[in-house]
Amino acid sequence: MSTTLNNQAKSDVGPGMRFTGAAANYLDERTSASTAMKTLGRKIFPDHWSFMLGEVALYSFIVILISGTFLTFFFDPSMTEVEYEGSYLPLKGIEMSVAYHTSLDLSFDIRGGLLMRQVHHWAALLFVASIGLHMLRVFFTGAFRKPRELNWIIGFVLFILAMAEGFTGYSLPDDLLSGNGLRIIDGMIKAFPVIGVWMSYLFFGEEFPGVDVIPRLYVLHIMLLPAILIATLAIHMVLLVVNKHTQFAGPGRTNDNVVGSPVLPVFAAKAGGFFFLVFGTIMLIASMFTINPIWNYGPYDPSPVSAGTQPDWYIGFADGALRLVPPGWEFVLLGHTWSMNILAPTIVLGLFIVLVALYPFFEAWVTGDKREHHIADRPRNAPTRTAIGAAGVTFYAVLWAAASSDLIATHFKLTIEGVITSLQVLFFLAPVLAFVITKRTCLALQRKDREIALHGYESGRIVRLPGGEYIEVHEQLEDSERWRLLDYNDYKPLTVRPNDQGRITVGTRIRSGFSRWFFEDRVMPVGQKELDEAKH
Amino acid sequence: MATKPPGNDITSAMPAPEPSPGTAIVSSDTVANPGLPGEHVRVTDLDPKEEKKAERRIALFFSLSIIGSVIAAVSYVIFPIIPGDMASVRANNMFVGLGAAIGLLGVGIGAVHWAKSLMHGHELVEERHPTRGSEETRQTAVEMFTQANKESGFTRRSLVRNTLIGALVATPIPAVALFRDLAPAADPIAKMKETMWAKGVRLTKDPSGVPIKASEVTIGSAFQVIPEGLAELEHHRLEEKAKAAVLLMRLPVEDLVEKPERASWSYQGIVAYSKICTHVGCPVALYEQQTHHLLCPCHQSEFDVSNHCEVIFGPAARPLPQLPITVDAQGYLVAQSDFTEPVGPSFWEREL
Repeated sequence: MSTTLNNQAKSDVGPGMRFTGAAANYLDERTSASTAMKTLGRKIFPDHWSFMLGEVALYSFIVILISGTFLTFFFDPSMTEVEYEGSYLPLKGIEMSVAYHTSLDLSFDIRGGLLMRQVHHWAALLFVASIGLHMLRVFFTGAFRKPRELNWIIGFVLFILAMAEGFTGYSLPDDLLSGNGLRIIDGMIKAFPVIGVWMSYLFFGEEFPGVDVIPRLYVLHIMLLPAILIATLAIHMVLLVVNKHTQFAGPGRTNDNVVGSPVLPVFAAKAGGFFFLVFGTIMLIASMFTINPIWNYGPYDPSPVSAGTQPDWYIGFADGALRLVPPGWEFVLLGHTWSMNILAPTIVLGLFIVLVALYPFFEAWVTGDKREHHIADRPRNAPTRTAIGAAGVTFYAVLWAAASSDLIATHFKLTIEGVITSLQVLFFLAPVLAFVITKRTCLALQRKDREIALHGYESGRIVRLPGGEYIEVHEQLEDSERWRLLDYNDYKPLTVRPNDQGRITVGTRIRSGFSRWFFEDRVMPVGQKELDEAKH
Repeated sequence: MATKPPGNDITSAMPAPEPSPGTAIVSSDTVANPGLPGEHVRVTDLDPKEEKKAERRIALFFSLSIIGSVIAAVSYVIFPIIPGDMASVRANNMFVGLGAAIGLLGVGIGAVHWAKSLMHGHELVEERHPTRGSEETRQTAVEMFTQANKESGFTRRSLVRNTLIGALVATPIPAVALFRDLAPAADPIAKMKETMWAKGVRLTKDPSGVPIKASEVTIGSAFQVIPEGLAELEHHRLEEKAKAAVLLMRLPVEDLVEKPERASWSYQGIVAYSKICTHVGCPVALYEQQTHHLLCPCHQSEFDVSNHCEVIFGPAARPLPQLPITVDAQGYLVAQSDFTEPVGPSFWEREL
């Protein structure tokens, strides 16, 4: 082994290779690193801009770890009341918790502290946003299909963990705004039947707000949740390598190969460079734009609150759900209070995220397709799935808009009641509309693709025939271009057939119902015969 | 193929079954894949001059990065934070940040540019294999598992196995018990039903703690109120405030609709209501003087003060609890008693 490496080193052009060869040899004799190199060194990664979204999430998480570590050196989560003695004059002499005091010190008395706080906060916002977009990419291209269903679930867990990290971190400075966020959480926990009061009491360590919750959230935020997140992320990455990345349809690309750049050197350079681009962009934003100016809010106090309070954007959908409940959804049954005004939105949100998590299994059950899928769908080629996704996005968007109902009302000079009532209607109507419009649009786009694949595209060249007739010349597509339009899966609706015992089970009926809903309206991919006929 | 060990009831290896396509249409009339396109040639592949230029550009980005990183460190020193001077904080934040951003972006742009313009650009192909292990591997795995089962008797010794499962299920019990002392022994429910208000406790301004005379409360005005003594509390100040915060408003008497049993709870049109929203506990902070409506800024529940704070809009279900008030001998506003119902968000044991 060592001779090979040495020989290679000598014969190579670069002067640094002798040292590299020796170092590689030293490492390999102690770690078997060459095995890893052999497996991963030239592993192929396909290229598409949308594959970058997951990378943004990964890199912003690394930025969060780096900036967060800096913050822990200066932040003290204690809720002990002290008098402010820092350099921000408007708060001089005000009673506040040590947590809020040290957050202010980070902002005003430590060089680069404000920068790191803003890097941390912007990176966290980007982290959640890029995970969301990455999930949408995976959903709309069908990249969750076999063999990647489990990685979808793991990614979903990562999304939930990211939101939990966001919320716990948001609460730590113990400012007025984050304190009101905790107050809302307290109110929601208390509404839970049987265990609510006790859960709140144990969580806050006494009556709200108590002096324990910030240190407890701090431990969750910097230890427990990151540990789980990193472990889950590692599994996510390992499965990515095992399953290999999906690729879009293209000439030479099949379900049995991967076409793209090798890890070394191209992918490593691009991905490594991209980490610096993400970090640099976050740094640029953090140096120019303020985020979460806690000094404007003041320390937490249960009595004041500012108008137009808003949670960080990714918690908005949950806050919006609370706002959409009509008055009076509470009753007393058998002496106990049932706060449906809180339980109902909690249940709806719970169902929504469970549906998101389980969707891959639902679609697999409807299609009965047990094959592996490595070619990513264009969203139009799975009209019903795309329409379901659009309905889900719209549902989320309505809840999200509801979280800003007061700001919508003030900015557009509407009544708050009018905004809420409209959103209540949209809550039911908008997802249905989004479904229908998206499905029809997808089918129309598929028909257009068929037309282009068969007859080419309009060239804009008008030709006069000898007989005086004018026609527009259609240009045929290149084979490789046409292939991108053809290569997709086509499903037919399931026909109900009796099983071995001659019975039609309820399960079969339900499945065939869904199957019809999915595939009754479909546009077949162009076949070779059609193509030949069209050419004549 | 591995030889079959005795007692192995797993069917011997055979080629992996073709997975079912379900309702997918497997057409025999598909168009053939046109195959990989020709190599994409870049200008740097053709022209050595362009190649040299690209090389210099990349080196320039890396050099800019070094300069940026140095700027960041220099800015740390030459833009110090001067206590009390907010402009110095901004300058420190901006110049350290911009320097670091140039340092990072330079590396990123340079590396990506290198990959795109100079590194070997053609696409490579790697074969995929089914994710499931080969039949031989699976067979071996099954054999190992079967062997382990036989050697341990996991399925055969059901008494041992079931008691083990039971024991494992029971092991977290101590952990559950250990969490009880997250909060003190006292029952929270009794505490949630009482506040600092009691007969004769003066209404004082928040945060100063100055008592309020009835004569100060002019028609249309509103006061943030805390019970006398709260501002001086050494412990549990915020916990008490989270329950005892009150809004004091004076309405024209003719606008006030009062329940007969609460007629004596107000004083010349002055009414006091809990400030803690009955929805999830935000402070109900916005008072609309003309309509006598209170709005919670968190979830937009609206309460009608003239009509005993009934909910007129939004997700809250119950009116804000009213604090019975009167005046003492010196003309200061005082409570007649504590609230007659728990304040704040609903909870399971509220009606008990």
